[in-house]
Amino acid sequence: MKFAAAEDADPRDNPGALPSEILRMVGVSKNFLGTQALQAVDFDLRRGECHVLFGENGAGKSTLIQILAGVHKPSKGTVFHNGEPIDIQSVHHSRSLGISAVFQEFSIAPSLSVVENLFLGSEPRNGFWLDKRQARVEGRRLLDSFGFQLHLDELAGDLSRAEKQMLEIARAFRSPPSVLILDEPTASLTDVESERLFALVEKLKRQGVGIIYITHRMAEIPRIGDRVTVLRDGRLVATLDIENAPADTLIRLMTGKTRTELFPVIGSSPGAVVLEVRNLSTVDQRIKNADFYVRAGEVVGIAGLVGSGKGDIGPACMGVSSVRSGDILIRNENVTGRSPKQMLSHGLCYAPSDRRADGLYLQHDICRNISIASLEHPPLVKFGFLRRSRERTLARDIVKRLSVRPNTIDSEVARLSGGNQQKVMIGRFIARGAAAYIFDEPTVGVDVGARHAIYEQIKALCEEGAAILLISSDLSEIMNLSHRAYAMHQGRIVGECVTGEFSEEKLLNLMFGQAEAILPAVTHDNRHPGGINGQ
Amino acid sequence: MANESDTINMSVENLPLRPRWAGLIIRMGVLPWLMLVAVVVFSLGSDSFLSERNAITMTRQASYLVLVAMAQFLVIITAGLDLSVGIVFSICSVVAAKIMAALMPGMGDYVWVVIALGCLGALVAGIIVGAVNGIGVALLNVPPFMMTLAMSSVGFGIALMMTGGTPVYGIPPEFSRSFGFGALLGVPSPVIVTMVVVVIVYLFLNYMPSGRYLFAIGSNNRASALSGINVSYYTFLPYVLCSILAAISALLMTARLETGEANLGTAMPLQSIAACVVGGVSLSGGKGRLRNVVLGAVFITLVQNGMNLMRMDSYVQMVVIGMLLVLAIVFDNLRDRYEHKV
Repeated sequence: MKFAAAEDADPRDNPGALPSEILRMVGVSKNFLGTQALQAVDFDLRRGECHVLFGENGAGKSTLIQILAGVHKPSKGTVFHNGEPIDIQSVHHSRSLGISAVFQEFSIAPSLSVVENLFLGSEPRNGFWLDKRQARVEGRRLLDSFGFQLHLDELAGDLSRAEKQMLEIARAFRSPPSVLILDEPTASLTDVESERLFALVEKLKRQGVGIIYITHRMAEIPRIGDRVTVLRDGRLVATLDIENAPADTLIRLMTGKTRTELFPVIGSSPGAVVLEVRNLSTVDQRIKNADFYVRAGEVVGIAGLVGSGKGDIGPACMGVSSVRSGDILIRNENVTGRSPKQMLSHGLCYAPSDRRADGLYLQHDICRNISIASLEHPPLVKFGFLRRSRERTLARDIVKRLSVRPNTIDSEVARLSGGNQQKVMIGRFIARGAAAYIFDEPTVGVDVGARHAIYEQIKALCEEGAAILLISSDLSEIMNLSHRAYAMHQGRIVGECVTGEFSEEKLLNLMFGQAEAILPAVTHDNRHPGGINGQ
Repeated sequence: MANESDTINMSVENLPLRPRWAGLIIRMGVLPWLMLVAVVVFSLGSDSFLSERNAITMTRQASYLVLVAMAQFLVIITAGLDLSVGIVFSICSVVAAKIMAALMPGMGDYVWVVIALGCLGALVAGIIVGAVNGIGVALLNVPPFMMTLAMSSVGFGIALMMTGGTPVYGIPPEFSRSFGFGALLGVPSPVIVTMVVVVIVYLFLNYMPSGRYLFAIGSNNRASALSGINVSYYTFLPYVLCSILAAISALLMTARLETGEANLGTAMPLQSIAACVVGGVSLSGGKGRLRNVVLGAVFITLVQNGMNLMRMDSYVQMVVIGMLLVLAIVFDNLRDRYEHKV
């Protein structure tokens, strides 16, 4: 059952005849303002297979599925549906072809109820009127078929992340799809819910539905996949049958050969504790009883899955979200409950993960974006007035230090590529200067060149004696840059890896909490569940 | 890797592919063209439009609106809106006139002290209105539109209660003579006051951290909080500044009219917002130039002046002003779309 692809009549040897093929992309490229998200990628999907898409953040997975779902149009290349070249016009068009997508970013109307969301855009009708009773009956049946415990009348906005995910999945099935796209569907599901989803995927495969499955969980790949396609930096690296794709190979393909070049070796000379968090819980319960510390001159990683609470660490430390109990200390001074402005004055900087929403002034120029946090400090201000030439000098220095392109400081930030935008945001905090930096997903959606530049900055800051907290979904980043690392699971810090006993499987094990226990142990043989400084 | 950054570098450098003249029109905005059209039309329609005397009248008339437009601009930068500038006008005018009229009989020998107290009273009244708006928006999270709309009802009621709907007389003639009808070297005094305020606001917005912070929170207040800006304070501040500028304008106009009146500034909310929008200020905040706002206010005054000289019906004038406002916004949207397409 596991290897459904093996039962196929070897279509790989015979690419001319495509009886079982439902989708094929040939030489598909996609450009966004200044960035090449996809470059000449070939991809195909057969009936009744689960094809896993694998790659790092920003590798092009999302762009690829968004093209199939009709969100984006390819800049170049052709998409074939049942052997016919098609031009997918819109999300609606894609749906009508039987392509159903469940995205990570939910497309749920928060002010509508669960049942209204389920049938949004294709409401059952009774002539002129909405057939609410029909909708309720069908909705109930749909949810029950997955075993999802959702109330039909609850407002979608009040659902938890996992519940929203369930709603999204159920929605994709309101009309039977011929292609189902699942983008990290298990990222916020419990083990039982995930098992139900896998069972469902198996059932759909038997019905001949083609499934495109994106995941970061290595253990899931042999569990449900038939083939794997690895993308890196918008290019196709390889498409492999599942039996030829053990975890080691996949990781090597995903990160590429440049791994040692990409990650600088950061010298560590731990000094005094700069940032310390004791038994911290937030009011919204996203963080529960967290304990950790970061010393001067070291990089400390925090790894965790989506929804593990690692993304809430930064706002909590910075004073953006409300603390329920526990203490935050900067250089041994208790600063719990202070405003972000005061945190910054105490020497803590937080570079958020969503640069567009929380980081940048998109319609302002590079200069203003860099200087904004430093305006009230001596070189830039005198007698209450700005010294604009000093401001420009500062911005130019930062642009040069991080090699931002274009290197004119008057360009509007909205026009820069993702990598350069990220550099500008990080540059703002470097310009301000701090004793401790929190970098939340510092390389999400940036190209390899920018990644390298950002890592070099982290190295420089650390070696100059700053304390660095590196929060990332990218495990290779944590593994290669940090001197110590914590793992988070369901709002708790569940363990710590100290120098010397650092290994990917330990971290992974911790990140998945108990989830790992029921999944088949395929990634590695020697695992020690809960064995590392578990709390 | 070197290859990668090269391609990105090139594609960014290649961005400005649009023709030069299109870039010019986009940068300048709709305003210069509208002004050109208006001047041509009015000078053809009326002999006195281009006379020196009318030019002086027009700058004086414009100065009141320039002050209020700048006031409105400070709020719009932060993605807010102040619909209560009109009642700041009424309240300040009434308060100043009441204080002066009350003090004159007893303190007639110290006219300038009376005038100063009257002006001070008006400024305090304006600051109170602005502070209430600011507290509502910044601390209680009332949407600016609702807060200031409600405030304008409250304020208008108070101004009417204070006056019973009749003009307040008894303002010392010295006040009107200096600030209403006076001139220095041929420049009307309201114009002088306005020019001083323009310079101060210019320096504030461009050369002080606080001015920069207004743009910052209007553009992205989450980013601003993480950059160490006190977002609540800088959301609150512009409402107070706005009311102070509106109060100054109200005092100048009270001096000109020689009475305090409750229904003095009814057209001000619309006209000040129109001046900003015509001047290319984005209503979603974070963007705009003081120079263009001043020009926008001058343009609106110019249109009104021209239409008066051409003896156009005042009801027709209202229609024209409304249409200009919509036109300016439509152009602004087209410009946005064009810029983002590149």
